[in-house]
Amino acid sequence: MSYEKSRRLAYRVRRHALDMTNRGGTSHIGSILSMADIVAVLYADVMRYDPANPRWPQRDRMVLSKGHAGAGMYAVLAESGFFPVSELEQHCQNGSRLSGHVSHKGVPGVEVSTGSLGQGMPMAMGMAMAAKMNGSDHRVFCIIGDGECDEGAIWESALIANQFALDNFIVTIDFNKIQSITSVENTIRLEPLDQKWASFGWHVIRVDGHDHAALHQAYSEALAARGQGKPVVVIADTVKGKGVSFMEGDVLWHYRTARGEEYDAAVKELEAQKL
Amino acid sequence: MRETFTRCLQDEARNNENLVLITGDLGFGVLFPFMKEFPNRFVNAGISEQAMMSMAAGMAMEGKTVVVYSIGNFPTLRCLEQIRNCCAYHEANVKIVCVGAGFVYGTLGMTHHATEDMSALRLLPGVTVFAPADAVETEAVMARFLTEPGVAYLRIGRGGEPVFHERDALAGYETGKAVPYADGRDAYILTAGGILSSAVEARKLLADRGLDVGVASFPTVKPIDQAYLTELSERVPVLFTLEEHTIVGGFGGAVCETVAGLRGKRPRVVRIGMNDCYSSIVGSQAYLEAYYGLDGKSVADRVQAVLEGRA
Repeated sequence: MSYEKSRRLAYRVRRHALDMTNRGGTSHIGSILSMADIVAVLYADVMRYDPANPRWPQRDRMVLSKGHAGAGMYAVLAESGFFPVSELEQHCQNGSRLSGHVSHKGVPGVEVSTGSLGQGMPMAMGMAMAAKMNGSDHRVFCIIGDGECDEGAIWESALIANQFALDNFIVTIDFNKIQSITSVENTIRLEPLDQKWASFGWHVIRVDGHDHAALHQAYSEALAARGQGKPVVVIADTVKGKGVSFMEGDVLWHYRTARGEEYDAAVKELEAQKL
Repeated sequence: MRETFTRCLQDEARNNENLVLITGDLGFGVLFPFMKEFPNRFVNAGISEQAMMSMAAGMAMEGKTVVVYSIGNFPTLRCLEQIRNCCAYHEANVKIVCVGAGFVYGTLGMTHHATEDMSALRLLPGVTVFAPADAVETEAVMARFLTEPGVAYLRIGRGGEPVFHERDALAGYETGKAVPYADGRDAYILTAGGILSSAVEARKLLADRGLDVGVASFPTVKPIDQAYLTELSERVPVLFTLEEHTIVGGFGGAVCETVAGLRGKRPRVVRIGMNDCYSSIVGSQAYLEAYYGLDGKSVADRVQAVLEGRA
């Protein structure tokens, strides 16, 4: 399989996000590019949802806990049919509902608003716990950042989700190795990250977060793990700024907006990757 | 108050199958009857208030009415941003209960003195703040607390407090209403919470000194009863506010904000409470109330001094 659908979607998420951050003069393009393949695989082939009925009770839930990558979430939702792609042009414009950090108010497909790190994951956990109480079949997906793992509430949640055997709860860590000022390694070291989560009682899957075949395999394993009484964490090794060579692995692009020649060069690089 | 809370909670749980109780590993003994009757609707989230509060919001987003139980500052200040972002902004049906208002846990030290919580919760849009004075007020507000949509905060004592109202006198209580206790001509002492007892005692002492001072309790601190404050302001020259809490931004602050904005007569407002400080000493609730000038005699002396122009 070529995974054309998810790869095409990932391309479009990246392309939209570049324009959205350019137009809005906003930051975090590096964090969006690193998770583009993850959200693309989830929305193209893994999650159950109905864009015509965004509140369909049986839908899988998605919480983007690393809310600063909101542009990527809006892009994948628009491309998946939740609202017109043209509305992405309003991102971060005066009076817009499409805020830099993801917002659920008036935005179909967004379950909750995030932006303050360490809060989306426990909210998602509450959704998973409610689903268990209700005997519902749907799954709760959540994407957290690696820097976000500095937050105590992430580990509080890791303990609680294990205690309550939330095997309907699938957390993906966008492990792009760079946080706000410098690398994760030089800030608050996380490795051995898979051992940490395993010791917290989670089913751990480590994967190349840009390899669509591997991501599909990872989520198949994650869904198949249901019934084992363990929450699942997919640790996705990613590259910050993935897809634009001069952004890749450079902390500068946590904040910088691509403008002028940089924007043109980024567009050219991305469009060369178009399927 | 605590026993009334748990009884009303169980009654409502029988009516509402979506009601869930989460505790931050507190309530040993107190919550056992609920756990026994509703084992599948009881969650002990452990000592992790931040995750607990966000989790409560997530459950509420799925249709649950989530009651979060803890003591002191743990379900409020410890997770204030989670209350703001996860609960209030999402208009989630999360009901936060703090047992241990003011100096209820007086001997345990300043970490367990809940003396800024009303200010903190009151400033968040979309959060209703209840501070009942006794078991009757607690029963009255519980019906609102558990059934009205959105985030609400309930601040109660530990139990055994005196009762000031006739049983069922407040049936049908509406959120935001003050409860007049006794009329007065010279001034009023307005209170929120169990400290009503000091106001009632002060009123008696002041009567012996020839002063006619009214008393009213405010089981709802937010929204504050503007109509009642407007009416009082028309006929009373001085309003005293009394709270077992900081005088900054809490109940007294709410009264000041309201009275300052009135178009008609504006009485002087004198706030009695903790004067922007922490308590570095410990003691029983009664001891600390007296130490900080919140007992009946101290309040009476303060009121008299103000009314005689000495303060």
